Amino acid sequence: MRNPLADKIVDIKPSGIRKFFDIVSEMKDAISLGVGEPDFDTPWRIRDEGIYSLEKGKTFYTSNAGLKELRTEITKYIKRTQGVSYDPLKEVLVTVGGSEAIDLALRAMINPGEEVLIPQPSYVSYEPCAILADAKPVIIELKEENEFRLTAQELRDAITDKTKVLILPFPNNPTGAIMEKADLEAIAEVILEKDIFVISDEIYSELSYKEKHVSIVSLPGMQERTVLINGFSKAYAMTGWRLGYACAPALIMEQMTKIHQFAIMCAPTTSQYAAVEALRNGDDDVAAMRESYNQRRRFLMHAFKEMGLKCFEPYGAFYVFPCIKEFGMTSDEFAERLLKEEKVAVVPGTAFGDCGEGFLRISYAYSLENLKIAMEKIAAFIGRLREEQK
Amino acid sequence: MDEIMREQILAIIEKNSRIDIKELAVILGVEEIDVANELKALEEESVICGYHTMIDWEKTSIEKVTALIEVRITPQRGQGYDNIAERIYRYPEVNSVYLISGGYDLMVTLEGKSLKAISSFVSDKLSTLDGVLSTATHFILKKYKDHGTIMHKIEDTREKVSP
Repeated sequence: MRNPLADKIVDIKPSGIRKFFDIVSEMKDAISLGVGEPDFDTPWRIRDEGIYSLEKGKTFYTSNAGLKELRTEITKYIKRTQGVSYDPLKEVLVTVGGSEAIDLALRAMINPGEEVLIPQPSYVSYEPCAILADAKPVIIELKEENEFRLTAQELRDAITDKTKVLILPFPNNPTGAIMEKADLEAIAEVILEKDIFVISDEIYSELSYKEKHVSIVSLPGMQERTVLINGFSKAYAMTGWRLGYACAPALIMEQMTKIHQFAIMCAPTTSQYAAVEALRNGDDDVAAMRESYNQRRRFLMHAFKEMGLKCFEPYGAFYVFPCIKEFGMTSDEFAERLLKEEKVAVVPGTAFGDCGEGFLRISYAYSLENLKIAMEKIAAFIGRLREEQK
Repeated sequence: MDEIMREQILAIIEKNSRIDIKELAVILGVEEIDVANELKALEEESVICGYHTMIDWEKTSIEKVTALIEVRITPQRGQGYDNIAERIYRYPEVNSVYLISGGYDLMVTLEGKSLKAISSFVSDKLSTLDGVLSTATHFILKKYKDHGTIMHKIEDTREKVSP
């Protein structure tokens, strides 16, 4: 028999998270800090609208781009948070999670061999999606001394005449880094000068603890060259509903919608009805969850300080990214030993790019009670490591 | 700023009165001494009236019956409802007394050892009070949620590791 597989796919490395997942799931009583989704249930008002839509028999396809009322609510939301206007009929697409939107944007914009800049550490799907779109992924290694923000210089250094798109993943998973307005202004200058495009993945935009999240589309000249991606998973604790969206200039959106139309048809109808309620009446729920995450974030930063574990203060998402270089182990080794010896699961920074070496991703999408127990165990573990080093 | 801190402290300790001052200060990002002072002020102003524990007595072997009683009363000159309310809430077996708008006046919740104990309280003490016109007693069969707390454990069903 001939080889049934496509080399392009076979050559893509499986996610580093997967490997760790298999180890953790075998361990029954492990405390996991490895989860990339909220611990809150979807607010009941949102679930109730989903249920109600089912009761009313709203079980059919929606239009390819998504319910018009949802697209309208999305444009209102962006207007009130970023002061930027989009046309709900031509510039908004409702997708199956932010993940689909990333894939669509890359496929719609990339010709074979064009370069996509991917700052890392970052979410696991950018690089494979770029490869699937026949792009050449070019990694920009973000640095701890810059709090894992992307600097104008790093961007400039990575741009060649083949560069087409920059992926901008902030607030960031796994580092928790944010880009403030001044940071964005600095890179926008380079983007405009070099005439490249941006895919801005702002799925964690509502989980920003310093000031309100600023989107790059709010800067002069950026809306017309940016695909803005967001969704409901993180802000409204709706991961399982699989619902995201993209906003982009009609020129790009038309092509993204074409792929979506043929590959997906439309995002889940029930989820779309629920999402309308989320955008209309969910602000208080989001604020309460954000406050809760922020309290846990402060708790972890304090716990690290007490145990003397180096960690820059992250102001976004629900992750902290402490540095473990002092222990002379790889992130993988550290995470495996921590799991075996203390039954605490964290994700090695290398799951999010080679430059995550020496770091761990710790999620605080857990109750304070859980985090407290886990921090005691981590403190005991690194206490032992320091003893060993003596 | 102080108003916000006050609101946050109350929101947290309403859910978890066992949290200590140090931890409160850490998670709110403020100084311990400020939290301590605020708590003291809240207690002195009787904003904080007590620190209680949520107990689901159903899961113990201790028999307890809770009843919700609607009470219609005639308000008294100069006293309104307060006097009668006080005469009711003084009884230790009375758990709560609310003045209610609508079909009746006072909503009284009552805890007793048995149905009999409750019915004798209602017939002997409550309905015989001057000014009480009528009572209607409802026995509580099951508590699903109380004080914002769902009475059963909710499992974490998330995948243990995800990107």
